[in-house]
Amino acid sequence: MREAWLIFVKDIRQEFKTRYAVNAILLFAIVTLSAVSFAIGTFSAGLEILAALFWIILFFSSMSGLSHIFIREEEAQTADTLKLVARPLHIYLGKFLFNLLLLFVLEIILIPLFMGLMNFAVANLWLFILIVGIGSFGLAGGGTIVAAIISKASTKGALFTVLAFPILLPVLITGISATKTVTQAAAIAEVQGELQALFAYGVVIITAGILLFDYVWNE
Amino acid sequence: MITKIAKFLLWLAFALVLVGAFFWAPLKEGLGPYTRVLYFHVPVAWMSVVFFLIAAYYSVMYLRKKEIIYDAYAKISNEMGILFAILATVTGSIWAKMIWHSFWNWDPRETSIFILLLIYGAYFSLRAALEQEDRRARLAAVYSLLAFVTVPFFIFIVPRIYFSLHPDPVINAQGKVNMEARQRIVFFSSLITQTIFFLWVFSIRLKQARVKYRLRELNESKLFEE
Repeated sequence: MREAWLIFVKDIRQEFKTRYAVNAILLFAIVTLSAVSFAIGTFSAGLEILAALFWIILFFSSMSGLSHIFIREEEAQTADTLKLVARPLHIYLGKFLFNLLLLFVLEIILIPLFMGLMNFAVANLWLFILIVGIGSFGLAGGGTIVAAIISKASTKGALFTVLAFPILLPVLITGISATKTVTQAAAIAEVQGELQALFAYGVVIITAGILLFDYVWNE
Repeated sequence: MITKIAKFLLWLAFALVLVGAFFWAPLKEGLGPYTRVLYFHVPVAWMSVVFFLIAAYYSVMYLRKKEIIYDAYAKISNEMGILFAILATVTGSIWAKMIWHSFWNWDPRETSIFILLLIYGAYFSLRAALEQEDRRARLAAVYSLLAFVTVPFFIFIVPRIYFSLHPDPVINAQGKVNMEARQRIVFFSSLITQTIFFLWVFSIRLKQARVKYRLRELNESKLFEE
């Protein structure tokens, strides 16, 4: 486990130097948010639509940022060294933690911006944050394994979105549904089903990722 | 000899199904001639799911045994799967337009087939982007299994979401509801006949793949002999 942590810390340090993934993901989110806000203009969109828009922005921003972790390894040609240094399980966990942190950073910035700019009000803020937080585990888990798959392919950018979308769709569907409910209801009991589904999905996709990562990583 | 008889019986069954679908089974009131879509739409949708499952099986076999023939099998299963998924979507969409006056409604069945189409599409995009054979086989198999893992979620999530979005119960009455005796006979025989027929076509394609790889093996070994 220590190796996973070391890989995670190494990736953070590298990220600090170049800030590539953070920039990509934040700028995408801000641009999309601005475009949506501008398009809606002075009209107020219904809370349900805003719930869906939030997840769309979150989802597509993560599409632009989550694959970076493996593509950088391939491009810098450090992937082979990494293979020698650590076991696949640790590599997957380290990269997963990095992607999770990336998503949390995005959400910390996106949630206040979105709520402020779009007049998006929820009945229970902590519940909303919980939903997004649990969903992020699923997004990071699925995103990491798909990023590993496409890092070996030739056309990386568009392929990541194409591959990740069907895999991550349960998070999107459940997240939107839960967020819609939370705009009206403040009790956790209302979204309990969705929270369970998100949690279960997170567990399943991370497990599948750990099991399959071996086959992706080792040639 | 037995295969000849079996093939003849299959041909006969299919002919009977077609005759039954178009002439023998009564039409449902209100639906008129569109009733007939049911006899072809449901088997085709069912086949796309079957091939999805078969592809997942061959993906596991490839990852375990690393024999390239399993990758060929998985690819063939996915090809047939996407063909049937497209057919199911198109026939279902036409039917939806006739019955509910809208080509696409995001009801659970429609959403599931759409997701299946996405998964197949992603699988083939991945295969197209990878050039080395063993890498392509490996990564495609991994993706197949990843997709397989997420499918149970759709089975449980999609109906819930549907009920929370749309109040009026549309769909789903179709398969279960009152089919008269003749319609039921034609429907189930259509289902069984098409399943057998398309699995037979599938087995021929598998045979074709085996021959191709055997030939390649022989060619390569000849190279080394010289």
